[in-house]
Amino acid sequence: MTAGAEAVFRREYGRCVAALIRFLGDIDVAEEAVQEAFTVALARWPTDGEPPNPGAWIVTTARNRAIDRLRRESVRHDRHTEAHHLYGTRATGPELIEEEPVPDDRLRLIFTCCHPALNRPAQVALTLRLLGGLETPEIARAFLVPEATVAQRIVRAKRKIKDTRIPYRVPAEAELPDRLGSVLSVVYLVFNEGYAATSGQLIRVDLCTEAIRLARLLAQLMPDEPEVQGLLALLVLLHARRAARVAPDGSLIRLADQDRRLWDADLVREGQAIVAACVRRGRPGPYQLQAAVNAVHSVAQTAEDTDWRAILTLYDQLHALAPNPVVALNRAVALAEVEGPAAGLAAIEDLDLGAYHLFHATRANLLRRLGRTAEARAAYAKASALTANPTEQAFLDAQRASLAED
Amino acid sequence: MTQYLLSVHASEEAWQRSPEEMEQAFADTAAFNEKLRDAGVYVFAGGLRPVESATVVRRSGDDLMITDGPYTETKEYLGGFWIINAADLDEALSWARQAAVACRESVEIRPFDDETQRANQ
Repeated sequence: MTAGAEAVFRREYGRCVAALIRFLGDIDVAEEAVQEAFTVALARWPTDGEPPNPGAWIVTTARNRAIDRLRRESVRHDRHTEAHHLYGTRATGPELIEEEPVPDDRLRLIFTCCHPALNRPAQVALTLRLLGGLETPEIARAFLVPEATVAQRIVRAKRKIKDTRIPYRVPAEAELPDRLGSVLSVVYLVFNEGYAATSGQLIRVDLCTEAIRLARLLAQLMPDEPEVQGLLALLVLLHARRAARVAPDGSLIRLADQDRRLWDADLVREGQAIVAACVRRGRPGPYQLQAAVNAVHSVAQTAEDTDWRAILTLYDQLHALAPNPVVALNRAVALAEVEGPAAGLAAIEDLDLGAYHLFHATRANLLRRLGRTAEARAAYAKASALTANPTEQAFLDAQRASLAED
Repeated sequence: MTQYLLSVHASEEAWQRSPEEMEQAFADTAAFNEKLRDAGVYVFAGGLRPVESATVVRRSGDDLMITDGPYTETKEYLGGFWIINAADLDEALSWARQAAVACRESVEIRPFDDETQRANQ
């Protein structure tokens, strides 16, 4: 594929497939039609030139080809009618249009891909495949799982959608909070998978970029959902630090030690603006609060300038809204900055996070600051043993080694 | 329309409930059945006798053997089921939620095969 056609493919694939699924009522048939249209595009565009609206061209071409094929096959199999029965005519009925203020097919598609009746790995694979236009081998590489596993997840998910009739529509208002939570989790998971991969594995697809693309799409399609905006703000603020997070030798640099001039100023501004809008709206949620924490970090010129009291207040709110041990751990880090390491350590000792490497890393850091060197070394060793990420391992081992010299 | 099987996976605790709790679950389930009928989606519903009542006709090669007790020894057994008509999974799920609340157990949702549905119509 030429670079231009490939860019169009990645950019337009989700929109085209989403439109075709609504028209054809079948994911596989829609995908085939879109792929076929891209093949035609590859043959024609180099000589005819790229059409002014490539996405619309693909949709029209795909639709015409699909109709032709379905007509041919319907003579033999009556498959045309069958395909149309799949999601029925309800999906476009007037009563449902009323429930869907934003008539973008990609929104229907992401809710179908992230339906709670599908397990999380299936939701992720299907979302990246259908909305991101990623090929199965790309998804497999990104998640470090065998291609056959990803292929099977996708096939199984599509079959379940078809067999159980998972509807192709944006959920009604009453169901939306629950269902949206699942969509946001998928996007966040995709981002984290890319964000944790700091070890310079360049073959990995840029999952962070893909997650931000999905978050932007959701933010644009659901402008009135504050948590959608919150997720986008969180992702761009984290992503802004990317260049400062990894040293030239591939090792991990903590937030406190980062060269803040390397932060992406445009992304920082974008994230801060969204957080400010969320604050004005006054309907806080977990993603918005996490974004706000990162916005506070982003305004500090140096690590010492960080307004830890503001961060502690945000974690208090987050803990009240969505109490969980990881939030409590992060809150303890802020508490240690405000009231000292002893207070931080006291706040984490009872947390049930024994299997989480960052729990031990945080504990190690606090013990070190309290001069309890031997315990700190043991905690660093435990943290290192619990992470599979070589960059993090190297960082933790270096921390432990530096303590030996004290 | 698709037919869905909503099956009740009764835990062992179910048999240890107080008579009052059981009465209430039965009453709620009966009311839920009424609701299904009123909505015109009811096909069939039934509760099963305890699992000790089960007998299996087991295939062993070409032979058939009759054994006492359930097919597999597990902690949860099929306690009863509904068959309903629904437009899609979300509609079936919204009924299943109400079913789980009424009978106080987990409820599994599975669609019937299109082929068998057509054959029965």
